[in-house]
Amino acid sequence: MSTVVLSTPPPPTELVARGRARRALRRRAVIVLLAALVLVAFIVTLMCGQTYYPLDAVLRVVIGEQVPGATFTVGRLRLPRAVLAMVVGFSFGLAGVTFQTMLRNPLASPDVIGISSGASAGAAIAIVSLSLGETQVSVIAIAAALAVALLVYTLAFTDGVVGTRLVLIGIGIASMLDSVVAYVLSQAAEWDLQEAMRWLTGSLNGTTWDQTRPAVIALAVLCPVLLSHARNLSAMQLGDDTASALGVRVERTRLTVIVAAVGLIAFATAAAGPIAFVAFLSGPIAARITGPGGSLLVPAGLVGSLLVLVADFTGQYAFDTRFPVGVVTGVLGAPYLVYLIIRTNRAGGSL
Amino acid sequence: MTTTHSLAAERLTLGYGDRAVVNSLDLTVPPGEITAIVGANACGKSTLLRSMSRLLKPREGRVVLDGKEVHRVPAKELARTLGLLPQSPVAPEGITVADLVGRGRHPHQRVFSRWNAEDDTAVAAALEATDTTTLADRCVDELSGGQRQRVWIAMALAQQTDILMLDEPTTFLDASHQVEVLDLLTDLNHARGTTVVMVLHDLNLAARYADHIVALAAGRLHAAGTPHEVLTKENVRAVFGLNSHIIEDPVSGRPLMLPIGRHGVRQPQDTPARPAPVPTPR
Repeated sequence: MSTVVLSTPPPPTELVARGRARRALRRRAVIVLLAALVLVAFIVTLMCGQTYYPLDAVLRVVIGEQVPGATFTVGRLRLPRAVLAMVVGFSFGLAGVTFQTMLRNPLASPDVIGISSGASAGAAIAIVSLSLGETQVSVIAIAAALAVALLVYTLAFTDGVVGTRLVLIGIGIASMLDSVVAYVLSQAAEWDLQEAMRWLTGSLNGTTWDQTRPAVIALAVLCPVLLSHARNLSAMQLGDDTASALGVRVERTRLTVIVAAVGLIAFATAAAGPIAFVAFLSGPIAARITGPGGSLLVPAGLVGSLLVLVADFTGQYAFDTRFPVGVVTGVLGAPYLVYLIIRTNRAGGSL
Repeated sequence: MTTTHSLAAERLTLGYGDRAVVNSLDLTVPPGEITAIVGANACGKSTLLRSMSRLLKPREGRVVLDGKEVHRVPAKELARTLGLLPQSPVAPEGITVADLVGRGRHPHQRVFSRWNAEDDTAVAAALEATDTTTLADRCVDELSGGQRQRVWIAMALAQQTDILMLDEPTTFLDASHQVEVLDLLTDLNHARGTTVVMVLHDLNLAARYADHIVALAAGRLHAAGTPHEVLTKENVRAVFGLNSHIIEDPVSGRPLMLPIGRHGVRQPQDTPARPAPVPTPR
C-alpha cells in the first residue's frame, strides 16, 4: 500500500533561496545563450558574403595566418566590420539600458532623447566640415554628446527630473540636431551617399581598423565602470529616496553612470554613426527574455551586439541593394516605438 | 540586535531652496521605543525624517547617531544601522515580491559579491515577519495597497537596521490595514527592540501605538513626550489650529482626541464649555 506523503511546505529560507536560484539560473542561461548567438552571428558574417570561406580558413585568418584571398576579404574587409558591429551594438545596448533604468522610462534611451544625435552632429561636423583625424573626431563627438546630455537634463530639471518631460525635451533637441547633420551633409557636396547615410542612420560600410579601435577601447574601459554600478542602478529603480536609504550615493552614481554611458554612445557613434534604435530596443528585449529582477546591463549589451550583427548582415545580402545597418534597425525600431507609446497611453500614462 | 543606538537632532535647520522648513530643532529619539512625529500638513515632518536619515543635508546643526554626525558616516555603513521607508517608493515594473525585498540587502553587499545564505535568511525572515511569504513569487504590481505596503516594510526589514524610519506608512490604507501595519511595527519593536520613528497623520493611532510623540508646529518642536503629555487640548489647538475634546480611549487607556468643528457638534447644553472659535490657520 502506498502511503500518501503529505508534503510540508519547505521552510521560508529555503523557499527564498530556491526562488532566487531559479531566477539566477534563468538569467545566466539567457546570458550564455545570447553570447553563443552573438558568437555564431560573428562567425557567420566572417564566413559568408559574396565569396564563401570555410570555417578553418576564417579561423586561420583570425589568428594571423596568411590565407590566399581570405586574408584580404576576411581580414581587411569583414573582420573589422564584424568586430565594430559587435562592439557598437554592445555599447549602444549597454548605454541604452543604463539610461532607461536610471530614468525609469523605456523611452528615455540615448537615441530617443538626442544624445546619439549630439554625438552624430559633432562627428559629422568634425569629419565633413573640419576634416579632422580620428582622435579629434572622438573628442568632439563626446563633447557634443555630453553637452546635449547636460542641456536636456538642465532643461528637464525643475524640482527633480520627471521622465516624461525629459523625453519630450530630448525628442525636440534630437530633431534639431538631426537637421544640423542634414545641413552639414548638404554643404559638403563631394560626400557620397554612403557617407551621408552613416551620419543619418548609421552604417558599417567601409569599416577600417582605425575606426574600430577607439570604440573597442572605450567599451573596454567604460563597460566595467557601468557594471560596477549595476547594483546601485537596481536600487535607484526604487526611487532616489529609497536608494539613498539603502546606502547608495545617488548623485555620485548618477553622474558617473551618465558620463560613462554618454562616453560609450559617443565613441560608438563616432565609429558607426547613430545606428537607429539599437539603444532603444536592446533593453526592453533583454528585459522580456531575462525576466524581471536581475540587472539587465550584460543581457542588453549582448542583445545590442546581436541586433547590429544580424541587421548589418541582412542589410548587406538579403536585398538587391545594400542597405546600411541603420535602415534595417530603424525598420525594426519604429514600430516598437509606436507600440510603446500606445501601450503607455492605454495604461493611463500621460505619454 | 540588542544594541541601542542614540539618535538626536541638534539645532537642526532645514530647507529647500530659499524656504526654511525646520528651524533650530532639538530632538532626541528614545532608543528601543516607538516614536511618532505628528503635525499639520507642511510643518516639516517629512523633511525632518529625511534629514535624520541623511537624505537632506542640514543648513545648520547636525544629526548625531551614536556620537557621529550622520552626514559624515559612509552611506552604506549608515544604511546598515538606520533604514528609511519613504512616502512613495517606486516598484519597478514586473518585479516580484522576493526580488523587491531582496533589494533591501543592498547595504550588506559589496560591488561584485555574490548573494549569500545570510541574505536569503534575512529576506525570508522579513517576508515571514510581514506575513508575505506566500506572496514571494507574485508580481508587486498585482498586490493590493495593504499587501504592497507590507512588502515595502519587508524590504526595509531585510535591511536589518536597528532603527527604522517610516514616512506615513499608513497613508492610502483602509482602517484595518492601518492597524495591521502599526501592529506589525509594534511586533517588530517588541521582538527585536527596533527603534521605530514614523510620521503619522492620525493623532489617535499615534497615541495608541507610540511610546513617544513629537509634535511639530511650523518647523519648530512644539511638544515631545508620552501620549498623555503631548495629546492635550492646548497642544492640539496650537499645532493643528483645531478645537478638540480629549477623553480616555476606552480600548487602550491612552488619550483619544475628538475634533470639534463648526458642524456635527451637539448643542451647548451638554458639551463641556464650548471653546471660543479659533481663527483658521493661514
